[in-house]
Amino acid sequence: MTPHQKFYYLMAGVAGLLTLASLIGLILGKRARSESSRAVVDNLNSRIRAWWMMIAVFAVAFLLGKDATLLLFAFTSFFALREFITLTPTRRGDHLPLSLSFFVLIPVQYLLIGDNWYGVFAIFIPVYAFLLLPAFAALAGDTEQFLERTAKIQWAVMVTVYCVSHAPALLLLDIPGYQGQNALLIFYLLLVVQLSDVLQYVCGKLFGKTRIAPVVSPSKTVEGFVGGGLGATLVGGAMWWITPFSPWQALGLSFIIVLMGFLGGLALSAVKRSLGAKDWGSMIEGHGGMLDRIDSVAFAAPIFFHLTRYFFSA
Amino acid sequence: MMRPSSGLLVGLMRLLVGAYPRWLGCDPGPAQRIYFANHTSHIDTLAIWSALPPQLRATTRPVAAKDYWDKGLLRRYIANQGLHVVLIERAKEGRQGDPLQPLADALEQGESLIIFPEGTRGTAALPAAFKSGLYHLAQRFPAVELVPVYLENLHRSMPKGTIMPVPLICTVRFGTPVARISDESKEAFLARARDAVVALA
Repeated sequence: MTPHQKFYYLMAGVAGLLTLASLIGLILGKRARSESSRAVVDNLNSRIRAWWMMIAVFAVAFLLGKDATLLLFAFTSFFALREFITLTPTRRGDHLPLSLSFFVLIPVQYLLIGDNWYGVFAIFIPVYAFLLLPAFAALAGDTEQFLERTAKIQWAVMVTVYCVSHAPALLLLDIPGYQGQNALLIFYLLLVVQLSDVLQYVCGKLFGKTRIAPVVSPSKTVEGFVGGGLGATLVGGAMWWITPFSPWQALGLSFIIVLMGFLGGLALSAVKRSLGAKDWGSMIEGHGGMLDRIDSVAFAAPIFFHLTRYFFSA
Repeated sequence: MMRPSSGLLVGLMRLLVGAYPRWLGCDPGPAQRIYFANHTSHIDTLAIWSALPPQLRATTRPVAAKDYWDKGLLRRYIANQGLHVVLIERAKEGRQGDPLQPLADALEQGESLIIFPEGTRGTAALPAAFKSGLYHLAQRFPAVELVPVYLENLHRSMPKGTIMPVPLICTVRFGTPVARISDESKEAFLARARDAVVALA
């Protein structure tokens, strides 16, 4: 099979799943009687509609090639950073570092991927931005909560730009025998992460009893995590044929993706709540903001990228 | 029909600062109105204008300072072609006759206005004291609805003294029209109007 054929099979599979989900949503919608079950079903249906939209955008970007994919992720980072900074208290003195984060760091980070410049891609934000952002903030001369402000901006940039950029950075890898197919790895990563989120949500709603961290994230339950995580891991293993991995390797890597995704959701939920919000935004109907959708990607992508790079790339 | 240049402006505003409308106290209906808002950034006018639905944009004109918007090609183009602004003279020495006359002319033609009664940009989230223009217009045009508007987060996005906005999600909150009370003093009216904006914060 050529990469494009694999891609079409995958899209057909995803479209089939979503059609099934839409049908279930329709039936549940007809059956829901009480106020609370109505609300749950409405939220489910708007989530499914948003999924159609997100899959469509991703498919178009994928078909248009590398530049479009990078552009898509650059905008994803942009919107995620915008949500993060909106919730973060900033002061006048943060204006320059914030402007630079949006209008310099994001374009440069993605251009470095486009330019296949791994060495700088890997250190640009953790080294250069880490040192220069607080220096620029200091120029403004405002020491009020300086360390807190600096740390928050750095956290925002690391999560929304640096970490998220590791998903399209999979295009950088030179994997013997897998040339020209790297975009499928992005698809693989997103499929496992998002399926894990969806299955954890579904299993949690159906069987969830024991909350893992009620204060941080009331919807995360042991039952949801085990059921959803197991399901997504198994699907990830079964999808080995679109990856350079063997079935067992795929199973192991998808388990790590699931685990990191879960931890990302948990950690960013704690960040979000410490900033006093329940959702990061309202951009994606039913899901909340962009960051609510990609929090798990942000944590899974760098680890998946580096494991693949270390064990499989030339 | 929306002109391409207007579409571009609105799209840019959505991308940079969101400028999402929240109709809290009234609907985006066809009533003739004076929208009055807090003023903290260069892009406040654009933000309110972008938050209005396209059909209202066609009949709503922002009031803007001549000394600012009449400078430079781009500003003049946006002011005239995009926003269709009503320019007023801020400096006392440049004035001839009633400075509010251009506003009155627009209202007489049935158009709605966007004004910033503080007269200049502030640095805080809450507005400073209002100047009296709003009071005089309210007296002269008793049928026009006075809608308070609060611009959230724009003072963070593009504070005074900066030229680039930091992208933030800003909302434009439209409140309940301020009623007129007969025999109310100018000061009491202006304080009440300001409170109506503050209440939306």
